[in-house]
Amino acid sequence: MLKMTRVIFVALPMLSGAAYAQETVKIGYIDPLSGGGASVGEGGLKTFQYLADELNAKGGILGRKVEILPLDNKTNPQESLIQAQKAIDAGAHYITQGNGSSVGAALEDFVTKHNTRNPGKEVLYFNYAAVDPSMTNEKCSFWHFRWDANSDIKMEALTNYMKGNAAIKKVYLINQDYSFGQSVRTQARKMLGEKRPDVQVVGDELHPLLKITDFSPYVAKIKASGADSVVTGNWGQDIALLLKAAADAGLKVNWYTYYAGGAGGPTAIKQTGLDHQVFQISEGIPNSDVPAAMEFEKAFRAKVGISLWYPRAVNEMRMFKAAAEKANSLDPVKVAAALEDLKFNVLDGGSGVMRKDDHQFFQPIYISSFGSRSEKEPFDEENTGWGWRMVAKIDTPQTVLPTTCKMTRP
Amino acid sequence: MLELIVISTLNGVLFGMLLFLLSSGLTVIFSMMGVLNFAHASFYMLGAFFGYQLTKWIGFWPALVLAPLLVGAVGMAVERYGLRNTHKHGHVAELLLTFGLAFAIEEVVSMIWGKSPVDYRVPAALDFPAFTVFSTNYPAYKIFMLAISGLIFVALLIALKRTRVGLIVQAALTHPHMVGHLGHNVGRVFMLVFGVGSALAGLAGVIAGPALVTQSDMAALLGPILFVVIVFGGLGSLPGAFIASLFIGLVQTFAVALNGSLASAFGPLDPGTGPSVLTDIWNVTIAQIAPVLPYVLLVVILIVRPMGLLGTRET
Repeated sequence: MLKMTRVIFVALPMLSGAAYAQETVKIGYIDPLSGGGASVGEGGLKTFQYLADELNAKGGILGRKVEILPLDNKTNPQESLIQAQKAIDAGAHYITQGNGSSVGAALEDFVTKHNTRNPGKEVLYFNYAAVDPSMTNEKCSFWHFRWDANSDIKMEALTNYMKGNAAIKKVYLINQDYSFGQSVRTQARKMLGEKRPDVQVVGDELHPLLKITDFSPYVAKIKASGADSVVTGNWGQDIALLLKAAADAGLKVNWYTYYAGGAGGPTAIKQTGLDHQVFQISEGIPNSDVPAAMEFEKAFRAKVGISLWYPRAVNEMRMFKAAAEKANSLDPVKVAAALEDLKFNVLDGGSGVMRKDDHQFFQPIYISSFGSRSEKEPFDEENTGWGWRMVAKIDTPQTVLPTTCKMTRP
Repeated sequence: MLELIVISTLNGVLFGMLLFLLSSGLTVIFSMMGVLNFAHASFYMLGAFFGYQLTKWIGFWPALVLAPLLVGAVGMAVERYGLRNTHKHGHVAELLLTFGLAFAIEEVVSMIWGKSPVDYRVPAALDFPAFTVFSTNYPAYKIFMLAISGLIFVALLIALKRTRVGLIVQAALTHPHMVGHLGHNVGRVFMLVFGVGSALAGLAGVIAGPALVTQSDMAALLGPILFVVIVFGGLGSLPGAFIASLFIGLVQTFAVALNGSLASAFGPLDPGTGPSVLTDIWNVTIAQIAPVLPYVLLVVILIVRPMGLLGTRET
């Protein structure tokens, strides 16, 4: 019954839309729109729709309108492949996804196989947030492009920052039990061990992905361990609920996170009362002090009602347009070739480049902390009155890590 | 360490009591009507969403009373117009009805309230730390949840053991036909029990909603554990369901708190073997397998004692 309705709902627009299918550039947005990842998945969808509208207002890409096809994958790799096939059947040559490297790896594999079997009907996979390093290393693919810094790059930057903080003595690692979370924990252990051998890792937790509704048992354990800092790659409800449980229990530690800024995170941080003790690493923040980015943020908030979590999505869509115009074609193979080594001025200032060897985008990344604002920081989050403050910048050259990718090209 | 034990015990008991609110209704319905109500967790979800909506309209306290009553009414309607009609076609038809109902409720809920979590907050009057044990705050709202479920447990026990209706329900648990022959309106007793069972699940939803996450997959997340609880405790046995709920609540919470793995018990494997399936298993901690533990318990209890802890009939 459930499946049936979905098939009908998806099939109907396909029938009616067949006539002008040639007119629009379709991008299949495959991310969770239900379940534990829905809060961030819906935010991402609104972001991409906003970006499509922005492109369309300026004439689209090569005169063709951009259309986002929302497809719910429930953060499930199998479901994602069905949704990817649906996107292709609906005429999409581009898919984009971000939440969950388990999903990302499955899609990368799917797209690669699909393109080998269907020459002339290639599909590109634009990845805006699945940061498992293996996707641009041993599992790399010509058909995959990643705009987010991979997990190793982020951990490198984060540990470089932590290195300078002598107050850190005991670190607790808590991560989601799947490829990305495991990679965060391994790298954190390795890099902290190299840079700060005196720091003790007092806990190393893996918990089920997006299934926990009450983190208080985990918070009790963190508390008992005597940790002064927590490192986590959690995203979606896993970071919001973790911070919420910490707030309830009155846990006072420094948080080094990848995604504390997602839905629900800022509200929970405000509740903990930890002023500038929660850090996040990202490619941009609302209070970036870059006029163009801040104007974009203002317009985005006014229309969409949330803050911009994904400056990388902006870079992705704008670079897509730039590459298509450079190739003067919307043929995925030509667009892919044009994207390689493409230099681009990113939203939050500075220059980035899509490395040809592994299709990883390198850009300036920032460490920011969340707390009370100064006059130069106009944007708060989730009406808490608190906002992000820049504490460190890592410029593009310092983010470049080697790759083991041996890419097969068409 | 002591701090961890105290806090984990509190958390475990709390989760256990929540499970009990749900499983008490489910186990009584199962043993009385012979129907495994797949939609039971959906009534819990309905309770949470009704609670959320009513809280927005008229405030938390009226919602606490009204939402379970509404869910109870829905439950009674399901029994009266659904189950009673399918009853003559046997248990399979009834089972399928509740199975379909679970999906239907989930779809309806996500149509009305959307698929992402709704903003169901702890009422301001209860949003403060109740007390501090060893520097860890314990939220007042959780104490409130504990109190409500404790209250319900006592009320249920008194109603079943000390009242006339309770006597009939108890009799109908074991000898439904005999009760019918004695002239009691078994149909009405069924409807009442189904209604009360659903209302309890609804109440659990109303109070759990703000503490956990209120979204359209909350029924699917909790549903399977309920079956473990009722089989583990023994079908139709309220004390059994109570013990099993607390036990599973504590097992799940304490498993998370433990760090033990085969590697920590017997030392790491020879580094020369390199990463393999064996090293994966060797390094898995108890905390990581915590979510699976209830189902392992289910399998074990079915092998060792098929009627459950305090049950009298074979499952």
